[in-house]
Amino acid sequence: MADSDIEYDEQDLAAFKDAAVAWFGENTPRDVDFMLPLTFMEVGTDQQFNFLREWQNKVYEAGYLGAHWPKEYGGGGLHPAFQDAATRAMAQARTPIMLNAIGLNWTGPLLLDRGSEEEKQKYIKGILSAETIWCQGFSEPENGSDLGNAQTRAVKDGDDYVINGSKIWTTQGNYADYMILLARTNPDAENKYKGLSFFLAPMKGADVKGGSIETVPIKKLTGEYGFTQTFFTDARISADCLMGAEGEGWLIAMQTLEYERGARAGQAGGHVMMMSDPSDIIRLAREAKLNGKPAIDDPAVQEELVALMTEARSLGLNSRRDKIRPLAQDRPMSLALGSKLASTDFYQRLNAFAITLQGTRAAYYVGDENAHDNGLWQRGYLNSFSATIGGGTSQIQRNIIGEHVLGLPKS
Amino acid sequence: MSAFDNARMAPRIGLSEEQAQLLDIAESFCRDKSPVDKVRALIEEEGGFDAAVWHEIAELGWLGIGVPENYGGIGLGMAELVPLVEHMGRSLMNTPFVPTVLAAQAVLRGGSEAQKEEVLRQIATGAAASLALCEDHADWNLQNLSVTASLQDGQLTLRGKKYLVLHAAAAQFVLASVALDGQAALLLIPADALAGRISREKIIDDTQRAYALDLDGLSLPETALMPTDLAGDALAHIEQAGSLLLAADMCGGAYACIDYTLDYLKTRKQFGKLIGSYQALKHSIVDAHQAYEKARSHLYSAAHIFGEQGEGDMAVHMAKAEAGEAYSFAADRAIQFHGGFGFTYDCDAQLYRRRAIMGCALYGDTRYHRRKIAALMF
Repeated sequence: MADSDIEYDEQDLAAFKDAAVAWFGENTPRDVDFMLPLTFMEVGTDQQFNFLREWQNKVYEAGYLGAHWPKEYGGGGLHPAFQDAATRAMAQARTPIMLNAIGLNWTGPLLLDRGSEEEKQKYIKGILSAETIWCQGFSEPENGSDLGNAQTRAVKDGDDYVINGSKIWTTQGNYADYMILLARTNPDAENKYKGLSFFLAPMKGADVKGGSIETVPIKKLTGEYGFTQTFFTDARISADCLMGAEGEGWLIAMQTLEYERGARAGQAGGHVMMMSDPSDIIRLAREAKLNGKPAIDDPAVQEELVALMTEARSLGLNSRRDKIRPLAQDRPMSLALGSKLASTDFYQRLNAFAITLQGTRAAYYVGDENAHDNGLWQRGYLNSFSATIGGGTSQIQRNIIGEHVLGLPKS
Repeated sequence: MSAFDNARMAPRIGLSEEQAQLLDIAESFCRDKSPVDKVRALIEEEGGFDAAVWHEIAELGWLGIGVPENYGGIGLGMAELVPLVEHMGRSLMNTPFVPTVLAAQAVLRGGSEAQKEEVLRQIATGAAASLALCEDHADWNLQNLSVTASLQDGQLTLRGKKYLVLHAAAAQFVLASVALDGQAALLLIPADALAGRISREKIIDDTQRAYALDLDGLSLPETALMPTDLAGDALAHIEQAGSLLLAADMCGGAYACIDYTLDYLKTRKQFGKLIGSYQALKHSIVDAHQAYEKARSHLYSAAHIFGEQGEGDMAVHMAKAEAGEAYSFAADRAIQFHGGFGFTYDCDAQLYRRRAIMGCALYGDTRYHRRKIAALMF
């Protein structure tokens, strides 16, 4: 991991930033004649996949992805401030998203923090260049919110493990080369957590030495694709795929979730979601007509817009306040554990409200010429449930906060 | 750059060393000096506050925090008052602290040099003061003034009544807003001029004290008039400073009433289970807690950038709007979740709920402040 304590020259950073802004200004693809995914969870067609893979590769080759990851593994070896600048330039230019999100943001930092030398040499460069695509195998059909109860089995057999079971909500599962897989190696362990192990599992090719790994795309509520259900049938993988030791799976999975939730740093950077922000909804409120007048003229609309604006600001303030010790010590884990609930509910409310600004046009959907912003808000609203359900539903989040922050008895 | 562009930038929040120290000191001071049985005992007393505690507050130098050193103060700012008032809100402490420090701000911003010399030094050493701003039109706009003053031969003559003057009975000075020749003006009225003109009001919050001031026919020397060219700016400053401190009190109250309710949820059993294990209650108290955390972030952001034109003003509006909403919701649920006990005067939930309503009634409620933000943004 690049050392964030290393010194750097402010002038170098400023020059890097200017170069990044110019590069994204020049190279961001415009006038793409098909709809690009707004998040890495919405890659539903080969056309989208191939386009985004090429784009990520181009950004990496230009030096704007993993700029702060160690040089010896394929990174740029710079201070994290450089990658932050590149990521900001990317978001500001509203470029297409970085495809390989699970590799870049979860697997990569995990490998750099606790992977073996061999694992780093083998995987890091491919993650950055998008040559090898990663997916995540945590959730199971019968164990959505209760991750610790995962039942997919991995049985040691000579130099191999044999995997049986099923994972669900595998983002880009049908495209992935590797999966970070949470599987049960010991059903008789003293508790359910200690029976779990963590694998860097191949999904295809000769590394799957026997049996089968089948991915079945899931049609989402939007009518689009982006996830699969993944079936392991006597799938035989090398025992070298085990990360750490047997029984450390829960620990490693929890660390992975910390990268996912942003509680731990080290991500490769690059934006993996094009979230609408409050400025987009204000633009919408100015353009959309309610009762023949711009929606923004309605005092009730203004009030809700202000409430949303205030909420958006509080999300940023909360994470900054969390770092100011005297202001975050009454209930120590509160701001960190509360952020997922706050941000995902906010985003859903933002999109739902946006639909109500459109009068009869609220009825249209992606692809109709009458749809406002080509149905962006309608689609965004439906997709927003992936965040209020995935990664622990909002209801589970409230249990977690109630029990771990407020000290209430278990439900 | 518009206020909204500012809002899109990384929002600013911070804590000075002095704020951090005061946060610590205020926490233990307010806890020790204002346990809830003391709060309830003071409800029964006419003045509604403990003179000994007031004296200690003065000794600690807290009244001079927002007063510059050349007027006998400590020379810090509004930001440093926030942790104190937040903990007063947590402990439901009631003293003339808030009206006094706001009166000091009004004199600081709107007074002549002589008035500053006269008043600020006294406040910094323990004199209580208050502000007479509210009128019977019930408008939060401090510039909407129907109480008038007319100036003739060096004498001011007043017409009308002021309301909701906090701790007027204890104040040695009252600053009153009036219309003078159709323009907003501030008058500095010494306590002796108000003899017989002060009457206690019945307010929803039993822990506080408010009074009506009958100013009709009151005659004052011209020296009571603060410089008229400063009045508009001073009133704007009072609205911001008052909103910030009320937001602090309400954030503190929201925290305390959530804490109070959590105690009940962790000890009360129904149907053989602790009621806090039921998700209908658990999830709702989590929502209250999340709203409180949000409000507190806005509070310390507003304190951090207080006084900055644009973003600073907007941050205060957001802080007051969020604090009002968070406190109101938390205290409303506090009554409900205490069940039958919640419906009694003995349950502290009502103390918080009533104080929340009072806090929204002064310096603008949530809707008022959101409309102010809308006016800045759209």
